[in-house]
Amino acid sequence: MLKRLLSNDLPRSTWLAWMLTAVLLGLAFAPFLFPGVKALSVAAKILVFIVLVASFDLLLGYTGIVSFAHTMFFGIGAYGVAMSSNHWGATWASLSLGVILALMLTLVLALLIGLFSLRVRAIFFAMITLAVAAAFQTLASQLSEWTGGEDGLSFKLPVLLLSSTEFSDTPFWGVNLDGRLLCYYLLFAAALIQFLMLLRIVNSPFGRVLQAIRENEFRAEAIGYRVVVYRTLSSVLSALFACMAGVMLAIWLRYNGPDTSLSFEIMMDVLLIVVIGGMGTVYGSAIGAVLFLWAQSYLQDLLRWASEAVSAWPLLAALLSPDRWLLWLGLLFVLSVYYFPTGIVGRLRAKNIV
Amino acid sequence: MSASALLELKDVHTHIGAYHILHGVNLQVPRGELTLLLGRNGAGKTTTLRTIMGLWQASQGTLNFNGHDITHMTTPDIASLNIAYVPENMGIFLDLTVEENMLLAARKAARSNQMDAARLAWIYAMFPAVEKFWHHPAGKLSGGQKQMLAVARAMVEPRDLLIVDEPSKGLAPAIVQNMMEAFQKMKASGVTILLVEQNIHFAQQLGDSVAVMDNGCVIHAGSMAELSADPELQQSLLGLAL
Amino acid sequence: MIHLKTNLDLKPLLLVPVIALLALPLVDSFDTWLTLSVAGLAMGMIIFMMASGLTLVFGLMDVLNFGHGVFIALGAFVATSVLSGMVDWTQSQELWRNLVAVGVAMMVAMVASAFIGLAFERFIVRPVYGQHLKQILITMGGMIIGEEIIKVIWGPLQIALPLPEAMRGSLLWGDASLEKYRLMAVVVGLIVFALQAWTLSQTKVGLLIRAGVQDREMVEALGYKIRRLFVGVFVVGSGLAGLGGVMWGLYQQNVVPQIGAQVNVLIFIVIIMGGLGSTGGALIGALMVGLMANYTGFLLPKLALFSNIALMAAILLWRPQGVYPVANR
Repeated sequence: MLKRLLSNDLPRSTWLAWMLTAVLLGLAFAPFLFPGVKALSVAAKILVFIVLVASFDLLLGYTGIVSFAHTMFFGIGAYGVAMSSNHWGATWASLSLGVILALMLTLVLALLIGLFSLRVRAIFFAMITLAVAAAFQTLASQLSEWTGGEDGLSFKLPVLLLSSTEFSDTPFWGVNLDGRLLCYYLLFAAALIQFLMLLRIVNSPFGRVLQAIRENEFRAEAIGYRVVVYRTLSSVLSALFACMAGVMLAIWLRYNGPDTSLSFEIMMDVLLIVVIGGMGTVYGSAIGAVLFLWAQSYLQDLLRWASEAVSAWPLLAALLSPDRWLLWLGLLFVLSVYYFPTGIVGRLRAKNIV
Repeated sequence: MSASALLELKDVHTHIGAYHILHGVNLQVPRGELTLLLGRNGAGKTTTLRTIMGLWQASQGTLNFNGHDITHMTTPDIASLNIAYVPENMGIFLDLTVEENMLLAARKAARSNQMDAARLAWIYAMFPAVEKFWHHPAGKLSGGQKQMLAVARAMVEPRDLLIVDEPSKGLAPAIVQNMMEAFQKMKASGVTILLVEQNIHFAQQLGDSVAVMDNGCVIHAGSMAELSADPELQQSLLGLAL
Repeated sequence: MIHLKTNLDLKPLLLVPVIALLALPLVDSFDTWLTLSVAGLAMGMIIFMMASGLTLVFGLMDVLNFGHGVFIALGAFVATSVLSGMVDWTQSQELWRNLVAVGVAMMVAMVASAFIGLAFERFIVRPVYGQHLKQILITMGGMIIGEEIIKVIWGPLQIALPLPEAMRGSLLWGDASLEKYRLMAVVVGLIVFALQAWTLSQTKVGLLIRAGVQDREMVEALGYKIRRLFVGVFVVGSGLAGLGGVMWGLYQQNVVPQIGAQVNVLIFIVIIMGGLGSTGGALIGALMVGLMANYTGFLLPKLALFSNIALMAAILLWRPQGVYPVANR
């Protein structure tokens, strides 16, 4: 039963299985295990990133396509929710309409980009997607009447998801049963379902063909698979999941702006997570996202403490300043690419085979 | 290493990825002679040449050139030992002119006028097309002319060893004749030549020693005279008579 | 590239004047058009300086440096330090003093960038030869690290980089106002291009580079250590990026740590349009981008970046490998 649920893609490593179980339980019971607003926010962000990174892994790890336009679809989903709730009122109807429109726009753009990628070489494609993503971000911050410009859009959620909506007067295990809790579990369910869907996709015959194309495009075409179709389909699917991740983010934050979902930092974060977690594994996105977001939130505190500790040496203090946390991230990133090419999941699985 | 062998391969294995192409090649190229490397397609001849040039690293065995162990040397270092290589696809730089192609091969010359004029004259005599199209982009030359340029380039400075991969491939008979005369002149100048050829007539006219390859190793080595005189041997090795 | 008998592909050369002429009817006055065109050419020249190194690095060794922007940023910041230390030279009304100050800034910036380029090649790029995906990831990581280190040294905020006194202002050509600095940028760019073109076509090193871009293996088989050549090209390319950074900083009159990342996108567009490996293509691409940015900046400001992407898409539909495709791969 578990095998079918995981589409026969088992962890294949005891350590990994334990870690995944811990992640699953931790996220499932996060409101109860980790009280406080910050902890819950981190948990929600982890859910969003698991979907975002797993969808990117489908594109990069399984199909072998490097695309920097991923955050664009993330942003489309987030803006879809933000704009519809902001302009048409905070109802389920407008929310759904926003989501549907976002998905449709994603479909069209992903299709265009996917087809365009086939006219040009992979390296060109990577650079072009970088340019397109940058342009989209500029566009979003300039169309102020619709997108709220640089400041972004704040909006309300449907009543059911508001923290002021109480389902019960008595707290359960110390947690208020309110709309915010429901919101969290909505996200949790969505993340879980999408994660399992992605597992299903990569382990299906379709997924196998993608991997064949990644390894040797020429041969795949020679065997009879129309590479064009598969790659485009993979681009589109990956984009749609990214869009949904954006929807999830916006619903949680009740806000969206150009920096929240379209910034280059997010793309780097995704790349970092997928590399550290393990490309081409899907599970890598889960482990990676947890590690990364936990580090991001709590590492800055660590840096602040370290910086104060060495305040006698200004250069060192400046290097360790919490504002410079991206420096250490960058170093970690470079080191992972060198020494950790298969990521954590890859390492754990390799241990198991030996 | 025997005294007269300029190049010697001992038990050389080459792997390309997971494919084991050369299975223990033993080859001796005597100094001052033209050695032919024969064999059907897929026997491993080009792989052997590329391994000698360091374009592919031998996974096992040793290669010795003129007293140097070249087994693990890089391609530029091997070429600097005064070896010229003419690959199967000619290696002509199509966007550069004939002059520029020649200048590139002339390691000691920093500009055109530093190339040895007497040597160039000798080359022009063998390959008139090189002189005729001196300032033209090499891409504009016909197939046969490109082939001649490739060989001419290899001779622009005196070399100790010339390695040539199928120089007559796809050429019209008249041009093959031209090529053969050129090779005879080059032989006469004293350079050692290792030649891969499928054209039997070409091979027979020029070859002093022969090495026949099959399935990634050398199955017969001897003199050309010996091979020419023995039709049965020819049949068994090459499947045809010379 | 310069030989007379070579069949010089002239069509791409027409692209630049065509764009300029198409813009003329759209921009109301001739004088405004002239001002914009000079600005566009100046911007284009500066971008060319930054892009030429990158395109050769890719053409020669198939190495994708997504971190090229770090050399630009370094050059720009070094210039701020140098110029703020030479205040009596920059505040002087005498042009030659100003030029000396800027010249010194350029030299120091180029050396600094070239030096960092050497380190970058050794520690970041070299370990991942032949692996495109890792190159993209690592060089991006390198740029992030570089940007952060710049923030550590110079602070995370914007720094003003005012033009020296005598270089400010414009010359009048009829009714058109042409900024002095921009004219200078065009001249510097042309000098850089001329030097590059001369080196590529008249020297043996240039010959090796051109041959290496086409068939690296054969150049090695001819006895040349192409690795060393590559390091040389990388270092020179980084130095040029630093020079471009100085000029770009002066063009904008301020410098931010993200300056490299900002212009990275434009540079990629330029070398894709020009053809990876071709400096002539990079020049044409850069001039087109510069002109487009300025014309659309005037006519349709919100669509500036998009217009360049549309231009790139159009060029790629015409020639999928760029206007001057080079490599044999």
